[in-house]
Amino acid sequence: MTLILEAVIFGILTGGVYALMASGLTLIFGVMGIINVGHGALVILGAYLSFALLRSANVDPFVSLVVTMPAMFALGVVLQIVFIRPLKEDREALSVLVTYALALGIEGLLGYLFTNNFVQLTAWYETASFAVFGFHIAYVYVFGFGLCLAILTGIFFVLYRTTFGSAVRATMLNRTAAQLVGVNVDRVSAIAFGIGVSTAAAGGVIFGMTNAFNSGSHYDLISRLLTIIVLGGLGSLRGAIIGAVGMLIIEDVTAVVISPVWASFAFFLLLVIVLVVRPQGLYGIRVRERI
Amino acid sequence: MRKPVSLAVTGIVSMGALTLAACGSSSPGTSGSPQAAAPITIGVSVSLTGDFSGDGKALVQGYDLWAQDENAKGGLLGHHVTMKYVDDASSTTQVVTNYQNLITQDKVALVFGPFSSLLTIPASTVTNRFGYAFPEPAGGGPSVFNRGIHSLFFVQPAPVENNLVSFTQWVLSLPASQRPATAAYSTEDDPFTQPQIDKARTLLEAGGVRTASYKVYPAETTDFTPLAQQVIAANADVVILGTQEPDAVAFIKAFQQQHYNPKALVETAGPDQGADFATKVGAANTEGVMVPAGWWSSAKTPNNATFVSEFIAKYGGTPGGISGDAAEAYSVGEVVDQAAKNAHSIANAALITALHSGTFQTVQGSMAFDSLGRPNGASFLVQWQNGLTVPVYPPSAAVAQPEFPKPAFSG
Repeated sequence: MTLILEAVIFGILTGGVYALMASGLTLIFGVMGIINVGHGALVILGAYLSFALLRSANVDPFVSLVVTMPAMFALGVVLQIVFIRPLKEDREALSVLVTYALALGIEGLLGYLFTNNFVQLTAWYETASFAVFGFHIAYVYVFGFGLCLAILTGIFFVLYRTTFGSAVRATMLNRTAAQLVGVNVDRVSAIAFGIGVSTAAAGGVIFGMTNAFNSGSHYDLISRLLTIIVLGGLGSLRGAIIGAVGMLIIEDVTAVVISPVWASFAFFLLLVIVLVVRPQGLYGIRVRERI
Repeated sequence: MRKPVSLAVTGIVSMGALTLAACGSSSPGTSGSPQAAAPITIGVSVSLTGDFSGDGKALVQGYDLWAQDENAKGGLLGHHVTMKYVDDASSTTQVVTNYQNLITQDKVALVFGPFSSLLTIPASTVTNRFGYAFPEPAGGGPSVFNRGIHSLFFVQPAPVENNLVSFTQWVLSLPASQRPATAAYSTEDDPFTQPQIDKARTLLEAGGVRTASYKVYPAETTDFTPLAQQVIAANADVVILGTQEPDAVAFIKAFQQQHYNPKALVETAGPDQGADFATKVGAANTEGVMVPAGWWSSAKTPNNATFVSEFIAKYGGTPGGISGDAAEAYSVGEVVDQAAKNAHSIANAALITALHSGTFQTVQGSMAFDSLGRPNGASFLVQWQNGLTVPVYPPSAAVAQPEFPKPAFSG
């Protein structure tokens, strides 16, 4: 029983990290209608930026976010303007190719700068832990979960309590209608992309403290993030959070109760069931198109 | 029509298709029928990206150092050697494409092997089809040899399956009062790791060591917490893990977090990565960790001291920081050099015959191959002691006594 409780608690804590990473991906989809398959590479880029600050100036990984999140926000805005905005026709399909090329470019650059050896972010709270319910929880999971909660709360605040957030939500609901009522959707898109990329920086720090990573680590990551936002509903922040936490709990509990081999299968089984019952995902909006 | 889901599926499928298409590169190679003293190109598919990229880079270091030495001695039977590397992204499909391209388009004279049994298996099918000798440094699982391929040669002292035999022999050699009563096993479902764990389990159970836990996990696992939980919950005397480096590190960190200290801990790979491993787990936490190895930096094997000094001169670092992968790759070149001299030829058919018939001296020691390319030697048990890996078993090769029980992690 302790094993299951432990699995649930770790599922929630690590699920929070995936929720943060997936929130940026789903926000970008919601606003621009594109699948950013480069999001995993941006997470790894964020982890490497913190790694560079740790190695060169001994900056604590969490403290490094003061530098890396604004930097990644600026990078996201630039990427959106340079690579995404020029796509006028067949944007949804082309954006997959463009963002995949972006991922390969980031991977190549990181491999060149940092080699392809696995690295990991370190700090005193990485292995230090405290006892609860008969087992130990490492501080890094608790701090990481707290950071995720804080950032996700901030995103919700911006979306639901600010004028800019109203413009974002209007764009997410209907890009054309938002333009008609005066929303500058290009500006909204650039900023939303920037926010999405900056959350990747935060997610990258926690991912980099709990996993060894190298420039090629984004492949596994993006496949997990895509399944999370499909489960939660594309474009839904709430869905991304529920999807991420649900995925990690199901996988962790299955791993300890049945077998690690069946952990992913159990999650995908749930995913299929959800998509059969609710094709738009848990919190997605069903979109009808003229054929 | 449900646009969001179909778009996501399009994204996933497109990404997969692009992954398959990516990473190949080619350039004009040399003739497949090298003339006397004509320069030759040796083609290798290496994992410069993906899960095996750390090991792939180490292979490149070993191959490059061998080529440098070989050319300094006048080349392979007088042929100046150029190495050509193509990234396989740790992909079983890309590695096939790479060897096909190296052989049919680049027309390389020889091919050397990639990293891991996982990639060696599909790669060797291709190279065998074209009649190429396939000396390889890192594919030694049973599934590599059970296909009856005659042109493949695993250039390590022992088949991978036997890597933990020395560990089990050491455990069973302990006095009854000290001998561990229980063991917990956890392994990747990888042809390199799982056969080692399964054989160790069979031998230990036969010797009276009860299995407290046995779990297999997918190689793509990134969250090791639940796996570590199960090992810890088993509360076994000995923990035996079928790992590559990332999971080897992750398990140790999880054990630290849970204040768990088994009496002995052996991992199939990871602790053999020298300074890289020590940096990741913390130098103090390496103490007592065991790993099977066919090579270590202070081994008294032919040419090893030269290899170590040249490696440090070329790449920097310390002897303890040299990856075993680099030594294994270097050995591939050594074996081919001796086979070519024995055969008086670098033609692949002649090399295959020569590799089956000779005994070869390498930095890993002496080795010969059976009809399926399996080496005939044995691996050693190596343990981290005072910041260095030292052989501790069998006694004939040991330079130190095994530390048992293992000191506690520093926490």
